[in-house]
Amino acid sequence: MSKKDTSNTDPNTTGHVWDGIEEFDNPLPRWWLWTFYATIAFAIVWTILYPAWPISTKGATPGLLGYSSRASVAADIERYKQANAAINKKLTTVPLDQIEKDPDLVSYALNGGASVFRTFCAQCHGSGANGNKGFPSLIDDDWLWGGTIDDIYTTISHGIRYASDEDTRDSEMPAWADQLTEQEIADVVQYVRKISGQKADAAMAKAGATVFGDNCAACHGDDGKGNRDVGAPNLTDRIWLYGGDVETLTQTVTHGRKGVMPAWAGRLSEAQIREVAVWVHQQGGGE
Amino acid sequence: MSILSKHKVIETNATLLLILSFLVVTIGGLVEIVPLFFIQNTIEKVKGVRPYTPLELAGRNIYIREGCYVCHSQMIRPLRDEVERYGPYSLAAESMYDHPFQWGSERTGPDLARVGGRYSNEWHVHHLSDPRSVVPESIMPTYAYLLKNEIDGKYIADLMKTNRTVGVPYTDEDIAKAREDFEAQANPDADTEGLVKRYPGAKVANFDGQPQLTEMDALIAYLQVLGTMVDFSTFIPDASR
Repeated sequence: MSKKDTSNTDPNTTGHVWDGIEEFDNPLPRWWLWTFYATIAFAIVWTILYPAWPISTKGATPGLLGYSSRASVAADIERYKQANAAINKKLTTVPLDQIEKDPDLVSYALNGGASVFRTFCAQCHGSGANGNKGFPSLIDDDWLWGGTIDDIYTTISHGIRYASDEDTRDSEMPAWADQLTEQEIADVVQYVRKISGQKADAAMAKAGATVFGDNCAACHGDDGKGNRDVGAPNLTDRIWLYGGDVETLTQTVTHGRKGVMPAWAGRLSEAQIREVAVWVHQQGGGE
Repeated sequence: MSILSKHKVIETNATLLLILSFLVVTIGGLVEIVPLFFIQNTIEKVKGVRPYTPLELAGRNIYIREGCYVCHSQMIRPLRDEVERYGPYSLAAESMYDHPFQWGSERTGPDLARVGGRYSNEWHVHHLSDPRSVVPESIMPTYAYLLKNEIDGKYIADLMKTNRTVGVPYTDEDIAKAREDFEAQANPDADTEGLVKRYPGAKVANFDGQPQLTEMDALIAYLQVLGTMVDFSTFIPDASR
């Protein structure tokens, strides 16, 4: 390459000379130059078609196509809404307990519900719906507020102890630290361990039975089997929301518990709530 | 074409080249920035947006200190999938009292623009103390020490004054009551009438479940207000935007 004689093909130079080095004044490649001009033309056309020039205090020029990002997303959402309108209408008008009898509806609801669950519910109830400490498992048949499709629907719509929803499910496991002595709390913990079939101190459990009858039975029932009207858990099964060991039980009785589930009405559409209610109902524990 | 051959003058004079380059960049910048100050719809008027309460403001500073914005954005874009997942797209007015705003540009974790009210306070305590206790697949670091760091709001009035300097409309009363409000918001037994009047919709709770006031209280108070100020059931978007 270096041997190529360029003396005869020299284009003009720019006339600049630095230390004897001259600079060629080569023209830009034709294709490059025209592409460059094309991009300039494209930009001008673009600013005519789309919102662009901020020439008045009212806002930018709207563009001939009338594009708006808000209208665009609204149209996009509307398109999917229309596509599902027929089945969503059916889903939201039939009685809840009839949804699972219609094969089309149930298949639609299960697919939609699984997606709703993964997006909004899995963070607390776990991606497999098996729950976490303080957040109940949805795949067993132990229900705090009821496991029928209607119960589940109500819980999802209005939440539990969710202050901004007037119809939320409300109750409270109070803190007993002020009402009961430490001894009484220790006794009642042993009693709860006894009725749940765990190792317990017989004498303390006996004393605890009285404490339980006087204080706890109002919500948890005389037999400790709970009361779904107030979301009081069954204490005789071995399913624990917070834990059935002495330490956790003591903490529960002493400080109380008031787990919160957000209300989803308003945040999710009626159809989405029904979908996820069906999905949860079909997880094995549905009643 | 004689004027084009004059560029030699510029090329051979570094100072002149610098001055003229600066001039060109300045014009470009001004053309982009200045109209935003005069166009009325840059920040559309939206009902409900209020300055942060003292406790929320402290929580926001912890959010910034811990670098939450590095992995979490606070900007729901007007795209169908984002709106379906996170809720209504973000409005400029919703971050008009953020100095600086926390829009972010990286989503290693989910967007937090509307995380307020989506989870319980208790969930946030679990999740911040040990993210994997509630979300096993999470890669978020643990922030359990926030539960131990007690705060007293000693400098919160100064922080509010600083915010006022850059345009947040805190009143003299807001600043005078700053410390009182700071403590009241994390105490369900406190008299919060004044707090709720000054900051409509402020949520009062013992956010971290502990008797003492900690950084965890402040951070959760901040997270629980994110994206909740505007009532979207009554908000009618200007579709031309």
